[in-house]
Amino acid sequence: MSFLEYAPAPESTALLNLQSEYGLFIDGEFTAGSDPTFATISPATEKHIATIASASAGDVDAAVKAARAAYDTTWSRLSGRDRGKYLFRIARLVQERARELAVAESLDNGKPIKESRDVDIPLVAAWFFYYAGWADKLDHAGLGANPRALGVAAQVIPWNFPLLMLAWKIAPALAAGNTVVLKPAETTPLTALLFAEIVQQAGLPAGVVNIITGAGETGRALVNHPDVNKVAFTGSTSVGREIARSLAGTSKKLTLELGGKGANIVFDDAPIDQAVEGIVRGIFFNQGHVCCAGSRLLVQENIHDEVVERLKVRLGTLRVGDPLDKNTDVGAINSAEQLQRIRQLSDIGEAEGGERWSPACELPSEGFWFAPTIFTNVATSSRIARDEIFGPVLSILSFRTPAEAIAKANNTPYGLSAGIWSDKGSKILAVADKLRAGVIWANTFNQFDPASPFGGYKESGYGREGGKQGLAAYLAPASSASASVASASVASASVTSASVPASSSRSVRASKGGKK
Amino acid sequence: MGGDLTESSLKRYLNGIPGVDAVGLEARAADLGSRSIKTTSKAWALDTIISLIDLTTLEGADTPGKVRSLVAKGLTPDAGDVSCPRVAAVCVYGDMVPYAVEALGAFHGDSVEGGINVAAVATAFPSGRASLAVKLADTADAVAAGADEIDMVIDRGAFLSGRYGQVFDEIVAVKEACRRADGSYAHLKVILETGELNTYDNVRRASWLAILAGGDFIKTSTGKVAPAATLPVTVLMLEVVRDWYRLTGEKIGVKPAGGIRASKDAIKYVVAVAETAGEEWLQPHLFRFGASSLLNDVLLQRQKLATGHYSGADYVTID
Repeated sequence: MSFLEYAPAPESTALLNLQSEYGLFIDGEFTAGSDPTFATISPATEKHIATIASASAGDVDAAVKAARAAYDTTWSRLSGRDRGKYLFRIARLVQERARELAVAESLDNGKPIKESRDVDIPLVAAWFFYYAGWADKLDHAGLGANPRALGVAAQVIPWNFPLLMLAWKIAPALAAGNTVVLKPAETTPLTALLFAEIVQQAGLPAGVVNIITGAGETGRALVNHPDVNKVAFTGSTSVGREIARSLAGTSKKLTLELGGKGANIVFDDAPIDQAVEGIVRGIFFNQGHVCCAGSRLLVQENIHDEVVERLKVRLGTLRVGDPLDKNTDVGAINSAEQLQRIRQLSDIGEAEGGERWSPACELPSEGFWFAPTIFTNVATSSRIARDEIFGPVLSILSFRTPAEAIAKANNTPYGLSAGIWSDKGSKILAVADKLRAGVIWANTFNQFDPASPFGGYKESGYGREGGKQGLAAYLAPASSASASVASASVASASVTSASVPASSSRSVRASKGGKK
Repeated sequence: MGGDLTESSLKRYLNGIPGVDAVGLEARAADLGSRSIKTTSKAWALDTIISLIDLTTLEGADTPGKVRSLVAKGLTPDAGDVSCPRVAAVCVYGDMVPYAVEALGAFHGDSVEGGINVAAVATAFPSGRASLAVKLADTADAVAAGADEIDMVIDRGAFLSGRYGQVFDEIVAVKEACRRADGSYAHLKVILETGELNTYDNVRRASWLAILAGGDFIKTSTGKVAPAATLPVTVLMLEVVRDWYRLTGEKIGVKPAGGIRASKDAIKYVVAVAETAGEEWLQPHLFRFGASSLLNDVLLQRQKLATGHYSGADYVTID
């Protein structure tokens, strides 16, 4: 036998306690939606997971009304310290239910359990802990003393990091004192609905967090709702454009986190073995469903062949398969639609003269799968070097001088991320200074931290998420405060502080954790 | 490389090797360490680990009796289970070699023929602080007594002060001292003592140096200096032997030694070997564990897999 065919080590789904049907989470309760329901399936097996409600325009209105009422009557009146208590509580509940959330995420999204377990869910908790700490320190957020919340935030998130994107949106919004209506992606609503349960467990006042499910129409109704003060969207550039267009002329604040075509630049003095690891992490992490993926590899020409050869050897050890297996490195493509797009763009890449290569790997017959793929001999004008593929497909280009690397890296309509690999610190700083990208990693890739702002240049969007900068997206300076908000902050002392939820429900959850 | 191998050309070459990013290397090692090895894979890994062990006793208090007992344990690790494989070698001080050879008797030989090798530490192990003449005599003495493998230490003082040529020449000389009367050579394992080299860049340079000078194996540690073997260092050394194979077609062995006590940790090393150098490295000629207490933990795990429950420390023999 071959040792490398590790025996299956699947994470058990027994700890999941899923409902067969999920309603909309509005005003602290699950309610049925008015539009026809839809199913969420596992992309790895195409098996049905649960039936999900779809929010009509009326449901959206009810959710926004609930958020507005919660904002007016409770949330805006709470002190920052008390809002922080709720956020800390949510963070701890996420940690307590981490294993369950990781399994649900891998089941619904198709990402490998080792990523949901070691990256997604720990970061979700970290995001809530981080912004919980900010809730009573908003005077130091950079907007002067007593900044005010915006009101009701409409948030629409993508399917690539379902729960993490929820945390990126909800944690700063709540810390700043806003209430939210969030719509998870149609293909990955599961963990957002489990999060709604956590919101209940945490005893958050009804209406502060509302989660409505549905397709694009629901999202459209949400961001266009007249009583929304703030729209935050993460997703494709085309939808982002549509939102920006529809919000033009309104008083709604908008932040957009859109696509990317990140350049990963490898110089000849790079630590080669670690650079190869970084290339793999840059594009095959989460099946390449990462807006900041390092999907364009720029290698200095004198080490091009060596890097490609080493990369091929390394890709040969990637394990593609069951997302719930603890040894899986690359999971399933999230949807048939996305798989179709990846296939189409890869075929175009081949037709345009790119040399396509994938390691020998057996893909499961059920579900949506795409083998890790690299393209060499790619021209800068090729579509696979320009379009965001959002899949496990890497385009490899070469360069001769640092100036050429910078020019090629910047030659994209996007500007979200870039990576630089070199053992020479001065070179890293000199190159980073000239790259137009929101985040630049040096000798690493795809690292996230709640204290670090994240966002894009150009068509990758505007506004920042994470860090102090991420708070600014949900706050306005005190000078523009309306009378009603000012009185609310005065009244905050009289509002009862956050009450501790019944301990019994928490201990039940904790005991389900089992061995890590 | 072209031209003669001089001190300066050696230095230029070793200093020109691409650097190691410590954070990236440690992240890679941690990632390899997170593989979940279960059921049949675990059973295979445990047996493989036993067959790769250099069962070691390197104490000032060693006696012929201790060595005989070690040999017996190496031959029959689990008295209650005949299917249990033998270890690859016993590793002792030079003066204990005759006792090991005698205790092994007909079983003295290569593991592919069902035997056990005798490995001896030499060259003023563990510090290496002796004249070259003493080191060579130490080596020749162990080889003459029947040692199949010599575990030598490099002169870390010379290496760290940049005298690569001196380290190189010593390894070449020790290799020559490994020559037996019939012209064959005892296998030479070169101990880098990575715990004293301080940086991964140094470990990589020392690995290349040892291989260029003719070492058959590169070994992490004496076990007398902390930290001894670590997973990142071993991954790095495996990358070097992989690259050397790619360059020359020659396969060099790797031996992490010291500090690996639990099966769980040893399995991480097996994964690292398989995914870095390749599965073909998982054989006694190309990979060894230098360990003493690891064997009993592997035996306990092996019994657990077979019976479904843990037995306990009193169900494996102390050696």
